[in-house]
Amino acid sequence: MMPLLAVGALAAITYALRIAGPLLAERATVPAAAQRLFTSAAAVLLMALAATSALTAGHDFAGWARPAGVAVAGLLAVRRAPFPVVVLVAASVTALLRLAGIH
Amino acid sequence: MRLQWRTDLLSDTALVRDVALVCLADGIVGVSFGATAVAGGLPWWVPVAMSLLVFAGGSQFAAVGVVLAGGSPLAAVAAGAVLNTRLFPYGLAVSDVTSAGGGRARQWGTRLIGAQLVTDESVAFALRHTDPARRKAAFWTCGAALFTVWNISVPLGVLAGSAIRNTAAFGLDATFPAVLLALALPTLTDGRTRVAAIGGAGAAVALTPLLPAGLPVLAALGGLAALWRPRRRPDADGAGDSQAVRRPAGHAIPVRSNR
Repeated sequence: MMPLLAVGALAAITYALRIAGPLLAERATVPAAAQRLFTSAAAVLLMALAATSALTAGHDFAGWARPAGVAVAGLLAVRRAPFPVVVLVAASVTALLRLAGIH
Repeated sequence: MRLQWRTDLLSDTALVRDVALVCLADGIVGVSFGATAVAGGLPWWVPVAMSLLVFAGGSQFAAVGVVLAGGSPLAAVAAGAVLNTRLFPYGLAVSDVTSAGGGRARQWGTRLIGAQLVTDESVAFALRHTDPARRKAAFWTCGAALFTVWNISVPLGVLAGSAIRNTAAFGLDATFPAVLLALALPTLTDGRTRVAAIGGAGAAVALTPLLPAGLPVLAALGGLAALWRPRRRPDADGAGDSQAVRRPAGHAIPVRSNR
């Protein structure tokens, strides 16, 4: 199903992407403006990944239970609840909604 | 150098506490990942090997998701790889902390290990600080702790997944986006970054039905256009930013270790 080769390929590509930034930064000085842009890019990517993984499954809508759980967790995060609480609430709300027949 | 950041680390109980909390949360996500993979029918070693070698939760979920949905291994690798392209700008953003002082061999060793520890979480922690020593302590503490916790929790999940078949009933699929959201929200203090991130996230969701897996997240970078503003001076870029240019989004990331 998913051969060792595929896992190895993904690992190699991922490592190359990780090491490229530091290597590039060593050879050429990264301008302060570019560094700030990359910092913002990181924030944008985090939010996009959070939104797509909350709302979608494959190419489709993930259903209501998961986004609802993540939304409640997001509210707690804004109120600075500890990380484990945020995560457990996300799973619990989602599980309870599904138990109630809301998917 | 190492001794120095270790001292900083011990004095920074807020950092240790925050890292512990993130590790606990990611431990739950790791259990979710291991359980989801084997409950879907993958052999036990796939999630375990991925967690050691790939060590990037998002791409692990994406690649396994593609395979479990009937996609080819090639499509799975592509989805995971595209998702991980964000590690390149991450690496640039934290390039100052993945290297260390000392001899040349040691520098290389540190850099090679540091690269593997570049994750959403470790980068988010490093970006909370502007002081180099604190950035370094935050990055390495979070990265090393997370690598350990992730590679313990995923095998635990594999064991659990062999017992539980229906992981969705426990809401485990909501844990990963919840961690990402909790990481991303504190970085959105600056108005422009907030606009960029919300616009980008909206675009990514809207494009998900249309584009192959992984690409919508990259398309979100279009949101960075919100950061654009006309330059006052042609030489305002680069050094000496504090006077001519109002600091944009990047460095406005809050120092919140004292909360």
